[in-house]
Amino acid sequence: MSDKTAPVLAIQDLTVGYQTRNGIIEAVRDVSLEIRKGQTYGLVGESGSGKSTLALAVMRYLSANGEVRKGSITFNDRDLLDMSTNELRQVWGKEISLVPQDPFSSLNPSIKIGEQLAEALRQHTNLNAGEAATQSVDLLKDVRIADPENVADKYPHQISGGMQQRVMIAMALSTEPNLLVLDEPTTALDVTTEAAVLDLFRELVYERQTSALYVTHNLGVVAGISDRVAVLYASELVEDAPTKDLFAQPLHPYTRGLLDSVPRLGQRKDERPLQGIPGSIPGLQQLPTGCVYADRCPLAIDICFDERPPLDTPVEGRRVRCHRWPEILSGEIDARRADVEAIAVEDYSSQPLLDLDDVEVHYPVGQSLVDTVRREEPQVVKAVDGVDLTVGTRRTLGIVGESGSGKTSLARAIIGLVARTGGEIELLDMALPPELNTRGKDVLRHLQIVFQNPDEALNPYMTVGEILRRPFVNLLDESRQAADEKVAELLQAVRLPAEYTERRPPQLSGGEKQRVAIARAFAANPDLMLADEPVSALDVSVQASVLNLLNELQIENASTTLFISHDIGVVAYLSDEIAVMYLGNLMEVTDADQLFDVPYHPYTEALLSAVPAPDPSVKKERIRLEGDIPSAIDVPTGCPFHTRCPRFLGDVCVDEKPPWQTAPNGKRIYCHIPVEELMDIQKPVVKFEE
Amino acid sequence: MTSTTQVIDKKDATPGWGSRLLAVLRELYRSPASAAGTTVVLLFLFLAIFGPLIAPYDFNEQIYADVRQPPSTTHWFGTDHLGRDVFSRIVLGASSILSIAGGGTLVAVFLGTVIGLISGYRGGWIDEIIMRFFDSLLALPALLLALLLLGTLRSAFGENVSAIGRGLGVLIILIVVYTPIVARVVRSVVLSVKTKGFIEAAQTQGESQARILFREILPSVLPALAVEAALRFSYAIFLTASLGFLGIGVQPPNPDWGLMVFEGREKYSQVPWAMFFPAITISLLVVAVNLMADGVKRVFQSGDLDV
Repeated sequence: MSDKTAPVLAIQDLTVGYQTRNGIIEAVRDVSLEIRKGQTYGLVGESGSGKSTLALAVMRYLSANGEVRKGSITFNDRDLLDMSTNELRQVWGKEISLVPQDPFSSLNPSIKIGEQLAEALRQHTNLNAGEAATQSVDLLKDVRIADPENVADKYPHQISGGMQQRVMIAMALSTEPNLLVLDEPTTALDVTTEAAVLDLFRELVYERQTSALYVTHNLGVVAGISDRVAVLYASELVEDAPTKDLFAQPLHPYTRGLLDSVPRLGQRKDERPLQGIPGSIPGLQQLPTGCVYADRCPLAIDICFDERPPLDTPVEGRRVRCHRWPEILSGEIDARRADVEAIAVEDYSSQPLLDLDDVEVHYPVGQSLVDTVRREEPQVVKAVDGVDLTVGTRRTLGIVGESGSGKTSLARAIIGLVARTGGEIELLDMALPPELNTRGKDVLRHLQIVFQNPDEALNPYMTVGEILRRPFVNLLDESRQAADEKVAELLQAVRLPAEYTERRPPQLSGGEKQRVAIARAFAANPDLMLADEPVSALDVSVQASVLNLLNELQIENASTTLFISHDIGVVAYLSDEIAVMYLGNLMEVTDADQLFDVPYHPYTEALLSAVPAPDPSVKKERIRLEGDIPSAIDVPTGCPFHTRCPRFLGDVCVDEKPPWQTAPNGKRIYCHIPVEELMDIQKPVVKFEE
Repeated sequence: MTSTTQVIDKKDATPGWGSRLLAVLRELYRSPASAAGTTVVLLFLFLAIFGPLIAPYDFNEQIYADVRQPPSTTHWFGTDHLGRDVFSRIVLGASSILSIAGGGTLVAVFLGTVIGLISGYRGGWIDEIIMRFFDSLLALPALLLALLLLGTLRSAFGENVSAIGRGLGVLIILIVVYTPIVARVVRSVVLSVKTKGFIEAAQTQGESQARILFREILPSVLPALAVEAALRFSYAIFLTASLGFLGIGVQPPNPDWGLMVFEGREKYSQVPWAMFFPAITISLLVVAVNLMADGVKRVFQSGDLDV
């Protein structure tokens, strides 16, 4: 490798195994990598790829049944695997620090933030209590916490998730370690918070020249912050390259597949459909003898199934484990699948199918008898606070918002799982009553829902056949035999083998479960399909095929989709129209192809700026939001966004509800700033490099 | 021949009751503790069914020549002060205690399951009323509640009730005492299951309430229910024996284990074995059922069983 300085961390031929009831499982096999000073190394992989095990091995945190079976880990010329627990204690925290995925479970809930930081400091330095206290406030200042004294005096549960993660970073950096291990540190955070934490990470790490091993499944995050990326698949390192090269020309078919599974910003289903990767990660108990990726690889030839490919170095500084890299490098073959066709989008906008009029969902908060006696206003969580929306027949409307925006409550109010507290909903000119049990079967069969979590969506005690038969028998009053025939067709439509009728959900993978859930939802041929984060619980490589399946079934069934997600890339890819929600209110409604064009609602502007783009060549305007999303119990007066709005005007935003304005390109924006002015002051947030 | 093969084919597709029972037994015999417990329970079941064939004497047969004999080869557990063979009385008493405790447990489990399912699923004021009523029952110790109930039954039916009537009284007590406990366990599982996606999916597909309760939710309740049923059974044996000891269950000369302990206690200095063997039998059975309950819990935790 070009850099001649000694590596901070060198992993050589590392193999880590876990002892299980069915023998030893190798979660990491023959992995080598070197991290140099100041380098941020991205470690990308799906669940089961071994990325977390690798990070744990570096920290020497392997669980009791895990052991390093082969190889070495050298940290600053010392053998990490040889160290005793006492020696490790000197290294942990002081020289290697870990930033975990869930900050809340890593902070002690009964000790104040300031004390916890001071304690970490005193562990590794000779500071006295007073000095440590002052320095911990300084540390909080370093991680851009606005009022550090105040935060130092709080308990972990009193501050937000984003703030907790900043505290964890402050703690990790407090002893100026040489190496930082980050295990999915932003996965649990909202996009706008994630963007701010990543900014902070970038500044601090570059400033201090700290080396970092950044473990994540999110290609967008890796593209934004790392210098090099190593891709893991089924416990093996399949490709390792500088970030720019990897995204520009991936040499391993899996990397190619992974990149094509995520919509790039601005990618639309009708122009460039997602490729996806068929199948799923092989079980670690029965790894194939040949290449671990062969059975999913579009380029696999005989040798791939017979012989395990070596880790080659095609170009200085790049490594790839593939038999066919010379042909891929020269451009003779391409790992992109040719069989995925673009999806034609026809314009069906004429007829409105679903009409929401001032829909409200307010949940009562448990009220004390004392408050009732004192005649205090009962408190309510305003999950959805007056939404007007129309969805055209056969269109896809995407609703995007962060957690707490009310998008899920809105979907549940439409389907009736939550009784709305106000407003009207009309579907096909029928008024939908709020309560589910007052809706007859003739109403129910017109709308169906796909849930986020495939593990809970199917009854584990029923066979797939029975699950899929029910809607035919129950909603459409068909005979059992007719239903069984339709079940077979349905399984075919969602590309599952016919013998799956005999299986039960625990025997299926996450992607397969979601396919069954989608099949069940489409069984009665509904007019409206509500998809509530249908792919967020799935692995990246499986997401694309599920999205495409949803789309395909929608076209075949001539149904309309309400697609709900926190992921702007996915929403922009799939939707015809997009509604942006914040704190129970719509902020902006736009045609999907104009999402990235000015003008924006200031919230949309910040949201677009925050999205991690899985593409290092995309340049973005940097707009960051202050503070956290306010509580839905205390929705700010006037414009709900005014407390965090970077384009805050003044009293008018606090006192008056904004008007709905229509921009020349048809966007509807809920803001006090006149659209003409917005168009003047705003620049396109995302610049695509053509 | 062809029809037989077809049956076998079908068995392969979905496990039949026979193979499920076999799977349960296999799991129960995996650890020494639950293996021992299961063996003892099965042994007592055997005694309960075939008791009359095994017992060398009748339960009321007074052998005047052998009054107050210590354990010997002719009278394994000795004889009591009236010359009755203790071993025979214990063997013949198995069927009454097992059928009363078992029957009471079965009915309590059935009622508790139905009430727990409805209460947990419907929620709201129905749940509130049922659960507060059960709380008030549970506030009293089981034995005290049993005495109260017996008093009530006695004033309703009078003193002269047949042996069967008295058995029924104990059965009713067991049902009243254990239904609330089973209902609570079932309800708590229902509460965690009913918010899951598959229940919501069933609701949005207009499934009937009965189907949601018994086809969608019930299977998830079964593991906890099986363990609870086994535990309740052991407590039911205990409570039945206690009532016999207090003389309010079965009347003499019936061979009730609790009653035998009570009678033996009075003549303890002369015939200690007449008290010792029934007492040890009660504790042996209760411990065995408890050990088996632990095994049942493991069967469901292992997840090998396809319910």
